[in-house]
Amino acid sequence: MESQYETELDLELPQAMLERTTSAAEWNLILPVVIALMAGALLAMVRHSRGSQVGFSVLAVLAIIVVEVDLFFQVLETGPVAMTMGNWLPPFGISFIADTMSVSFALAASFVTLIVLIYFQAEIVPREVRHGFYPLVLLLLAGVTGAFLTGDLFNLYVWFEVMLIASFGLLIIGGRKMQLDAAIKYGFLNFLATTFFLVGLGYMYGLTGTLNMADIALVVGHADPAPMTAVAALFLLAFGMKAAAFPVNAWLPASYHTPDAAVSALFGGLLTKVGVYALLRIMIALMPASRELFDPLLTGIAVLTLILAPMGAIAQTNLRRAIGFFVIGGIGAVFAGMAVANVLGIAGAVFYAFHSMLTMTAFYLVAGLVERVTQATDTRQMGGVYAADSLISILFIILVVAAAGLPPFLGFWPKMLIVEATISQSDWILMSAVLINSLLTSIAGSRLWAHIFWRPGREGANSEVPNDHLRQLNSTEKRMALSAVCVLVGVIVMLGLLPNLLFNAANFAAMDLLSPQNYITSTGLELGSNLMGGTQ
Amino acid sequence: MKTLIFRTIAPTLTAIMVVFSIFVLLRGHNEPGGGFIGGLIAASAIAIYGIAVGVREVRKALVVDPISLAGFGVFIAGFSGLLSLGQSVPYLTGLWGYISIGATKITISTPMIFDIGVYFAVVGTISAVALALEEGDVDK
Amino acid sequence: MSEMLMAPFIGVFFATAVYLILSKSVIRMLLGITILGNGVNLLIFIMGRVTRDIPPIVPAGLKQPIGDIANPLPQALILTAIVIGFALFTFLLVLGYRAYQELDADNTDNMRLAEPPNPPQPPLSY
Repeated sequence: MESQYETELDLELPQAMLERTTSAAEWNLILPVVIALMAGALLAMVRHSRGSQVGFSVLAVLAIIVVEVDLFFQVLETGPVAMTMGNWLPPFGISFIADTMSVSFALAASFVTLIVLIYFQAEIVPREVRHGFYPLVLLLLAGVTGAFLTGDLFNLYVWFEVMLIASFGLLIIGGRKMQLDAAIKYGFLNFLATTFFLVGLGYMYGLTGTLNMADIALVVGHADPAPMTAVAALFLLAFGMKAAAFPVNAWLPASYHTPDAAVSALFGGLLTKVGVYALLRIMIALMPASRELFDPLLTGIAVLTLILAPMGAIAQTNLRRAIGFFVIGGIGAVFAGMAVANVLGIAGAVFYAFHSMLTMTAFYLVAGLVERVTQATDTRQMGGVYAADSLISILFIILVVAAAGLPPFLGFWPKMLIVEATISQSDWILMSAVLINSLLTSIAGSRLWAHIFWRPGREGANSEVPNDHLRQLNSTEKRMALSAVCVLVGVIVMLGLLPNLLFNAANFAAMDLLSPQNYITSTGLELGSNLMGGTQ
Repeated sequence: MKTLIFRTIAPTLTAIMVVFSIFVLLRGHNEPGGGFIGGLIAASAIAIYGIAVGVREVRKALVVDPISLAGFGVFIAGFSGLLSLGQSVPYLTGLWGYISIGATKITISTPMIFDIGVYFAVVGTISAVALALEEGDVDK
Repeated sequence: MSEMLMAPFIGVFFATAVYLILSKSVIRMLLGITILGNGVNLLIFIMGRVTRDIPPIVPAGLKQPIGDIANPLPQALILTAIVIGFALFTFLLVLGYRAYQELDADNTDNMRLAEPPNPPQPPLSY
């Protein structure tokens, strides 16, 4: 047995390993995931000691952000970068590939996580630390970052499940009965969605003989288009469920309002966006032919999601459920950009998803502060917060305007790109849907603002009497939660005023998605020649 | 379960199963076996012990919390990939080393370290779930 | 050929799973999800093409197998999918059990805490 590693036989072996060397600097592609995973594991080992967990997790997320900023500028400069695990030749090994879209999403995800970690200091309950809040957050971040950076479809499935397990854990931390109820619905529907993804994966493997995204982009043209359409339909259903697009969105408003505000914020910022990312990657870059067939369907989903979601928000009395509908409305805007599928539309979709990650997290965090001040979750029991704490009301109205997409705030720019794209295609229905969405979102948001902040008292006969159920934020809440939200909203405002970098990045991302040559060559696969030789 | 036969045989059975699980783990690289299946065997051993003597005793016997074991496993697995950092090869590349003790040659490799990580991760998570379910039964 | 024989089986798996998932009982839904997962695993297995070749193990002393071998990749994919499916199944099982204890309900119609039935009218002011 010992001899088998030493025997040298003169066999003509096909090349299976990479020839080139990998410098340590190239590890910035894999480090974000590795740091998140290992830091999460370490924290899980010491989860009974409370003191060091915050500092350590904040340090880990900071390290991830530093690495990702480095990677971001590298990708902007040189185009997509790739690394294939275990030194195998690309279609055999699992590749990690970072292009502009994936790395900017990953950066936004880790920034949002950092804000939520700091915000959580005001909500902290010792019991929750013991149940592993910090390891789960890092595991969630690892899953999200892995999903953004991976270049292999099956690996994407694995990261989806990592994310799902971590989100299950976070959803039931605290153990209120309502959370158990929500976790059942969230769990079953998301598990079902990933199973659909797996079915699509199976067919994809059978049809193309490969699961490496770059390799699929190469060979997909040779595959039989009819079954490929079925594969695309399965992916659309699976990721549509994950992204909470209209007919399959019911799980989101049923679950997002039940955990702590910090956890809702993390979910609202990260989870649906991973579905959006996967849709953009697969429908636009990998299966453009199938996407053209689905254009009418994508348009329909976009229009319905855009219009019905803010209506749902208007009808809600629970604050965080209403915000859940805002999240869904944003998904509609991304679908609109995807349905147009020219450079403008895709750039708008990518930009909008990025904006949505920041804005929706901030929205849930502010909602958490409102709930602390008013000690209620129902807007009918809120009122008079403007008098009690005007800063929160300013933060809230900024976010309403940003989410509705009014200038000069962050949401305006991607919506402008999307509207421009629809005009260039003379798609008037889609254009009006995007604009109506903005109108309805601002109506829903300003109604919330008026009821929570402007109205002096609670709903009922004496709504003009000042609300006496309010309490002031205590010093920890001010120091940690309020300042964290202020930083996040400040970043949103700054990016809205200076959107040039984001415009450029979105443009690069769109071009990389629409013509994936650079994406393919970065892995080492040559255009026009592939190892698997098309269909089996 | 309070039957005398089961309570008598359970500790022996557990011990044999744990040893067997380590055997399965270590032969896994070239023959059927490996970290996952080994971990499952060890977790079943822990579950059997839990049924026989109660969850409290098992937690005392394990010393560390099962979730900590799982975290340790994930950490080890991630660490095994980091070993290739200085070698000009990508993450998770298999590195091999040999130790000679007398006439025997022992192979040490990063895939083996990874597999040990998988073993701990599986033992930790599965036994945590099993113990949680067994505890639930006691409550009723 | 054996693909043709397996295909109806996958159909039966999927049909059973859909029937069970559509029921109101959490435990039946859980069983349905598991059966669906097994159906999908079988599907991936078939998609890797079933062959009667030798197992994909390189004989001792050689660097590559002699002749054709069975495709090992679908099996690796299935193993991963089984492990992940198993982890999620155990989680949902514990969750369903907790929900049964705390909410005293195995019927999803009675689980309306997060979304109360008969929601209030939205406020008419402003």
